[in-house]
Amino acid sequence: MGFPHPSHRQETPLLTRHFGEAEARTLDGWKKRGGYQALEKVLAMTPGEIVDIVKESGLRGRGGAGFPTGLKWSFMKPGDGKPHYLCCNADESEPGTFKDREVMRWTPHALVEGCAIAAYAIGAETTYIYIRGEFTEPLLRMERAVREAYDAGILGANAMGTGKRIDIYVHRGAGAYICGEETALMESLEGRRGNPRIKPPFPAVSGVFGQPTTINNVETLAAVPEILMKGAAWYKAMSLSNPKSTGTKLYSVCGNIRRPGTYEVVMGFPFKDFLHDVCGGALDGRKLKAVIPGGASVPIQTMEEAEATLMDYEGFAAQGSMLGSGGVIVIDDAQSMVAVIARLTRFFAHESCGQCTQCREGTAWTTKIVERIRDGHGTMEDLDTLVEIGENMTGTTICVLSDSCAVPVISGITKFRSEFESLIHGKRVHSVLTAVA
Amino acid sequence: MTKPSVGGLESPDLSSHDATAHESAPHVPVFAGAAREELDQLLTRYPTKMAALLPALWIVQRERGWVSEDSMAEVSDLLDLTPAYVKGVVTFYTMYHQHPVGKYFIQVCTTSPCGICGAEEVVKSLLRHTGTGDLGLTSRDGKFTVIEVECLGACGFATPVMINEEFIESVTPEKVPGILEDLA
Ligand SMILES: Cc1cc2nc3c(=O)[nH]c(=O)nc-3n(C[C@H](O)[C@H](O)[C@H](O)COP(=O)(O)O)c2cc1C
Ligand code: FES
Repeated sequence: MGFPHPSHRQETPLLTRHFGEAEARTLDGWKKRGGYQALEKVLAMTPGEIVDIVKESGLRGRGGAGFPTGLKWSFMKPGDGKPHYLCCNADESEPGTFKDREVMRWTPHALVEGCAIAAYAIGAETTYIYIRGEFTEPLLRMERAVREAYDAGILGANAMGTGKRIDIYVHRGAGAYICGEETALMESLEGRRGNPRIKPPFPAVSGVFGQPTTINNVETLAAVPEILMKGAAWYKAMSLSNPKSTGTKLYSVCGNIRRPGTYEVVMGFPFKDFLHDVCGGALDGRKLKAVIPGGASVPIQTMEEAEATLMDYEGFAAQGSMLGSGGVIVIDDAQSMVAVIARLTRFFAHESCGQCTQCREGTAWTTKIVERIRDGHGTMEDLDTLVEIGENMTGTTICVLSDSCAVPVISGITKFRSEFESLIHGKRVHSVLTAVA
Repeated sequence: MTKPSVGGLESPDLSSHDATAHESAPHVPVFAGAAREELDQLLTRYPTKMAALLPALWIVQRERGWVSEDSMAEVSDLLDLTPAYVKGVVTFYTMYHQHPVGKYFIQVCTTSPCGICGAEEVVKSLLRHTGTGDLGLTSRDGKFTVIEVECLGACGFATPVMINEEFIESVTPEKVPGILEDLA
């Protein structure tokens, strides 16, 4: 089932099918549901065979960038005499995104098993699951699951009696969106400020503690046991659109929508049906106005674009946005787009690590100007200035947080220009998003 | 042997949450007894001592309610770092308190997804009912501090509110008085 609503008949629940079942959280309950069979199966295979299956399945990273997972794993060179690490990115701080939280709350063993399989496939002796500090419940659930797995001999020096060492540790973050960026996460894990690193070198060459490292999102790793149990062909067949986007995807849906929650559909599912049918559509008496479909970092879609979208990596791109993290923010006609965008730029300004000038200055100035427009003190020139600053913030920094701040501003001004102009021309637009006085 | 906790989460002991602690009192070490054992265990998880810094700071905050300069100095000694380095790290992350806070530290998400579902009204209700007056201030009785925070990763359950280590979903202004009563 989905969460917190029962599964919709149009969903394809794989990772979400045990959400809401408290028993699935325990090792026994998880084993009853087929847990750890995939791990047992793969420990009899060679790492190379596992990587090939994951490559063949077409699984792509669910953390935002959509990089092919099998290919990423193939960059690791087990047996080169160095220590190797796996990092699981459970920092989930992208506004609109809360799917990894549900995976960890309801099916923590799916993630432990996925980590163990990935660790074996890339030759990592040690795995760190880096969980954002605010996720107190997921932290406890994951720590409990890891402990159970150690106590049962699934993890440790002699994992599942194979003589192979698989260690998994849960590591708590301390409040910083930027630590979800992969190299910032590694810095943070090492006990430093979470400043992203210049790439190259890429993590597979020099990652955490300067050693070869693979980093994957929670949802990516949780999908791995399913793929190895049922095969690459089975996973690949789950696509309504094109062979580049395969399997199922979790979407966390929030904002002005009747049934917010986490849903799972196959790649290529029509976004129109998803929004209006699966998620229940607009609240009474309201109309949907815009959607940010992949977390706050992706371009805003008009309803026209959204309703023409097939939900996969290429489908969102073809309709002016990106799949991103799958965090769907729905905005209705009671909201001011300018107020929504102003609050998003404030988010990015708050979360900028401050290393790069374009980002540190750009996020702050962008926020000042958008807020000024929101408050009725803007000028038409401000719109040009915002676009100019945004262009300066794109492709010019160590990581893409800077680009992400420009995205809602530029897509907002392009697609909802009239709302900016009405405010500039002195017409107040109703909004619940006003600053606390 | 004590099992190391995840970020100091296993035994949230609010009685030790001392909002009246002063820097001038002599520093009583945090890392003695069980806390020291916990840290020693944590050190086995990482190839460097520095990597145990965030977990160590979590233990400090659990034991003392906040992270004082003296505690930072203690941690820096234990992990072979300088106090200035530790302070640099502490100040980067939003969750370490650099000052004593109320017994109940209340964080409300107001980022856009929650904002368009009425988070600002929840903030106002919390400020009114806790008597803190403004964001970041502590109520006179030392009980409450309310702050606004960025996305808590629970946007479908607007508005999420964290009170110390407890996560409360779907808070509305009307629910605030009841939630606060349950604390007392
Ligand atoms: C500012 C920023 C924040 C990010 N936050 C997260 C996050 O919270 N969780 C995540 O999995 N990936 C996040 N990413 C993406 C990661 O850098 C990385 O691409 C991902 O963890 C790789 O895993 P995947 O290939 O399984 O998707 C973020 C990227 C940036 C630039
Ligand atoms: S925006 Fe409030 S929890 Fe994500």
